[in-house]
Amino acid sequence: MKCRVCRQRAVIQVKRHHANFCKDHFIEHIHRQVAKTIDEYKMFDAADRLLLGVSGGKDSLALWNILNELGYAVDGVYLHLGIGDYSSESLNLSTNFAEARGLKLQVSDLPAEFGFSVPEAAAASRRAPCSACGLSKRYILNQIADELSYDVLVMGHNLDDEAATLFSNVLRWNAEYLARQRPVLPATNEGFARKVKPLIRVAERETAAYAVLQGIDYEVDECPMAAGNTINRYKEWLNRLEEDSPGVKAGFLFGFLERGVEHFPNADRPTLDSCRFCGQPTTSDVCAFCRLQAVTLRA
Amino acid sequence: MKVVLRNPRREIELTGVKRVGDLFRRLDLVSESYLPIRAGELCTIEDAVDDEDVIELRPVISGG
Ligand code: SF4
Ligand SMILES: [Zn+2]
Ligand SMILES: [Zn+2]
Repeated sequence: MKCRVCRQRAVIQVKRHHANFCKDHFIEHIHRQVAKTIDEYKMFDAADRLLLGVSGGKDSLALWNILNELGYAVDGVYLHLGIGDYSSESLNLSTNFAEARGLKLQVSDLPAEFGFSVPEAAAASRRAPCSACGLSKRYILNQIADELSYDVLVMGHNLDDEAATLFSNVLRWNAEYLARQRPVLPATNEGFARKVKPLIRVAERETAAYAVLQGIDYEVDECPMAAGNTINRYKEWLNRLEEDSPGVKAGFLFGFLERGVEHFPNADRPTLDSCRFCGQPTTSDVCAFCRLQAVTLRA
Repeated sequence: MKVVLRNPRREIELTGVKRVGDLFRRLDLVSESYLPIRAGELCTIEDAVDDEDVIELRPVISGG
């Protein structure tokens, strides 16, 4: 197998682009895909203050590296979720990555700052762990972006994350979620930060390959709370389809973004109030995060 | 050959595998969900393997 560009030995095959690449040309290809995505969706420019949610996994560390190499100044924020060794290990990997490159990493600690961990919140609220975790991550990232006046919150969601989430939302015809499944969510007056996903053109296998080829030490072990996670199951299924029909994941996601999402307007979004306890935007009197915290601390 | 799998970490022995692609078929795994790594280097499904090789099939699916 030879590289499409230089005919040297290829190290990776990207079937949906009918291409094989050597290390250098694969890295170039990924940089180009991300630059194109930032451009096409007008995600941000060099003047914006960017904050990246960093988990220590392949996607966020690969994205940090890519944005850095594309010349963007990006700070990172790591959320310690209190998931045992998994959290401390991924914090170490994130810190090492940032220190080696002279990048700024903030750390927010859910147990220390809010008094509970993800496993405790999941048990007390009887939510699936990933649902309690996702809610906490969205809340804290938004709060930090707001407090520290960042213009844009950058997320490491890749093509597979978005395709699997879309699949899940379509299975349930969840119109509210479908309306929000966009590469860019603009900032709102009520205090939601602008949110962007520059990795949506890059498949999960490609972000992992990028990390390996760039020598990025990332958390390979799966989060212990992820067992039974439905999104991961959908990803497996979509990969089976992808194997038979290369490009099906990208076609599903980009077809929706180009022709589907417009039918799910954001307009009927209810007006937001401020949470009685924390002041963050919410549709009810008390926001979902403060409710989760209250239930967990009471348990 | 030795195949290293993750989550949980385990190793299996196989003989007579000729190419990385055969490995996926033998184990009924989807190549889109793994990165084959030999001695720290990525390989493709067409790469030849022999019984002395150690190949890690690193899962790429993560997160929730
Ligand atoms: S797998 Fe679930 S619980 Fe674990 S970090 Fe991801 S979202 Fe949180
Ligand atoms: Zn090349
Ligand atoms: Zn609140």
